[in-house]
Amino acid sequence: MPIGVTNGAASGAEVRLDKVSFSYGEAPLFFDVDFAASKITAIMGPSGSGKSTLLNLVAGFEAPQAGRVLIGGVDVGAALPSARPVSMVFQENNLFAHLSVEQNVGLGRSPSLRLTGDDRADISEAIARTGLAGKEKRLPRELSGGERQRVALARVLVRDRPVLLLDEPFASLGPALRDDMLDLVAGVHGERGMTVLFVTHQPQDARRIGQNVVFLDKGAVAAAGTADDFFAGAGPEAFRRYIGAGAGDPVSRDIARKRT
Amino acid sequence: MRLASDPRVTAGITALAAVALLIGGAFTGLLFEGAHDLSGAWAALDPYLLRVVRFTLWQAALSTLLSVGPALLVARALSRHPRFFGRGFILQLFALPLALPAIVAALGILALYGRAGYFSGLLSAVGGQGWPGIYGLSGILVAHVFFNLPLSSRLFLEALQTIPADQWRLASQLGMGPRPAFRLIEWPMLRAALPGIAGLVFMLCITSFTIVLTLGGGPAATTLEVGIYQALRFDFDPARAVALTLLQVALTCLVMLCLTRLGANTTGDANLPVAPRRYLSVGAGETILNIVLIALALLFVAGPMAATLAAGLGADLGRLAGEATVRQATLTSAGLAFVSALLSVLLSLSLTIARRALALNRRAGPRSLLEHAADTGAGLVLVVPPIVIGAGWFLLLRHAGDVFAIAPIMVVTVNAVMAMPFAIRAIRPAYDAASERHERLCALLGIAGWARFRLVDWPSLRRPLATGFAFAMALSLGDLGVIALFGSDSVQTLPYLLLARMGSYRTEDAAGLALLLGLVCLALVLAADWLGRGEKA
Repeated sequence: MPIGVTNGAASGAEVRLDKVSFSYGEAPLFFDVDFAASKITAIMGPSGSGKSTLLNLVAGFEAPQAGRVLIGGVDVGAALPSARPVSMVFQENNLFAHLSVEQNVGLGRSPSLRLTGDDRADISEAIARTGLAGKEKRLPRELSGGERQRVALARVLVRDRPVLLLDEPFASLGPALRDDMLDLVAGVHGERGMTVLFVTHQPQDARRIGQNVVFLDKGAVAAAGTADDFFAGAGPEAFRRYIGAGAGDPVSRDIARKRT
Repeated sequence: MRLASDPRVTAGITALAAVALLIGGAFTGLLFEGAHDLSGAWAALDPYLLRVVRFTLWQAALSTLLSVGPALLVARALSRHPRFFGRGFILQLFALPLALPAIVAALGILALYGRAGYFSGLLSAVGGQGWPGIYGLSGILVAHVFFNLPLSSRLFLEALQTIPADQWRLASQLGMGPRPAFRLIEWPMLRAALPGIAGLVFMLCITSFTIVLTLGGGPAATTLEVGIYQALRFDFDPARAVALTLLQVALTCLVMLCLTRLGANTTGDANLPVAPRRYLSVGAGETILNIVLIALALLFVAGPMAATLAAGLGADLGRLAGEATVRQATLTSAGLAFVSALLSVLLSLSLTIARRALALNRRAGPRSLLEHAADTGAGLVLVVPPIVIGAGWFLLLRHAGDVFAIAPIMVVTVNAVMAMPFAIRAIRPAYDAASERHERLCALLGIAGWARFRLVDWPSLRRPLATGFAFAMALSLGDLGVIALFGSDSVQTLPYLLLARMGSYRTEDAAGLALLLGLVCLALVLAADWLGRGEKA
């Protein structure tokens, strides 16, 4: 039984960018890609390749100039970010600094913090699930960086949307802490089965929890496939260049696996 | 995202419309009167008027130079010594002149440097003959510097504090001495802030009314604003008032245009909290120089305030407090200022949130006319000083009946609009910074409307709103511009009463009233500051 009372959106939804083009004025971006339902897909690529923009298009912070964004087969182009079936965790500023852990999580259930008894029970469970029990009344400034991201994940749990977008949320954490957080994401994913789109610069992160990989280069999808294929050396030349020489060879792979 | 239905933009449009109505009504009055008596308005453009224009510009330029130049040095001195005993007190003290009504400061300066002031004996001995007093250009300059030196110092210091701590760490690692550090780190920051600050000071001086009225002391030292007042209240020469008013507006518009060309921005940017830096070594010679600089500025700013206090305590305060006129004026002042401050903060907040919403919607494209208006609309009211708005409505309404009956409305609305640049200065950086942090999160979680204001905006705006309110109320309490035109025996505010007592040479009464007014404004600013800080934790 998954933690928390779900609202019937327990499993994931397919995310599809259908010939989406977008530009900030200079470099045009073009995405035509599917993200399989209920899988964790690592989105990788050099800086400026459009990783964050892709997530922003799905979340609704940016509007495509052409093409459609479909979630679970429904065109969400006209929907506000809050009306889309997605949750998102940013690299920082995920929390309101003046609100407690409890309140920050509660906002995932009601944007005006009008909470029922059931809501409060869900919030407590989510806080416990993310390892924050006993810290309900704390303010973000009284938490460590890792704990703040845990609060954001707890809010994702109470929001319970079929798609989760992670925009390098653990980039500023140390390796051990990052692994803990990745395992938490993987655990939550196992329970809820939502579709996870996960932007990261770290091959070992992608390898640790990623089931699929989408590799972006110069504002377009350069390659897509399973993580196993990618890290077995079947990825495109640009991908191998990006993760560095030898990263795909059996030795370094061995080292990366040892940490799990 | 969805523009037309955004209540934030609607709020901004409403606020702009209110400001436009106030200013538009004034101009209707002026143009109506001008068209009515065209030849009279032309005839008013005589050599005397040109001399007034020249003096207006001359005193503003000198005041700006004397305020901004020393302020650069004082701000740098303060930033070089981020912690010493009394630093916080000095910064607090430097904030006070802005809250102090001009007429109170004028009295303080007279009490100190006037013919019968505390320093007159000393100054006579130095000069070798009887001290003539400080009326005229010198009095105006001293008063303007008293107001603007501490203001500019604080603004420059704010700019210097936006230098990231890392740059200082880097500088000390590279072994940069004070000279290269000034040239490479501090000066670029100061130079970026200079046009904005100098522009603000110049505009404040060019539209200064009370100081020139009380310290100018004669036709040789008259500015356009005082000329307008005299034309309406003493000579009753509407044609002349129209000519003077249009000249004043043309002048301020011209100056404003030059300033925007220079890149001046009369509303501040967000300043990030910066960790106090300790890895800064200041040589002994520089330390002494800095101490002297700060001490001089301190004496100059504290002097008139101390004189106000001393002179006020010398008055028969008990008798003053018992006077029905004084009580009535106090009540009138308090009520009008409260409503005015409320209105001012409301208008400023509306413009701030509308500007932000429009900027967010725009992304990369050019700014729309509306966003431009929301951005600079508040700064533009500096172009149209209270006296001008007052004069316009005065001329418009004198055909409609008793102009003195609308005094309360005029005082409330004009002062509210005049305080907007200051209120926006307090509100906008906080709102924009909070929005920067929270905008995406709110969109994601669907926090909007009232819930957003209650949960997200209010906690981060409480303090700046309190500061803005206190400033607006202090400004309105101390204003003499509008009430000088519209005041009468039936509607008197404290500054109006003060002016009347000064005019009838009841100096002791005036000093007592000045003390009362000064203390109320002071208490207001300190209380709001303290309240905002207390609530934050």
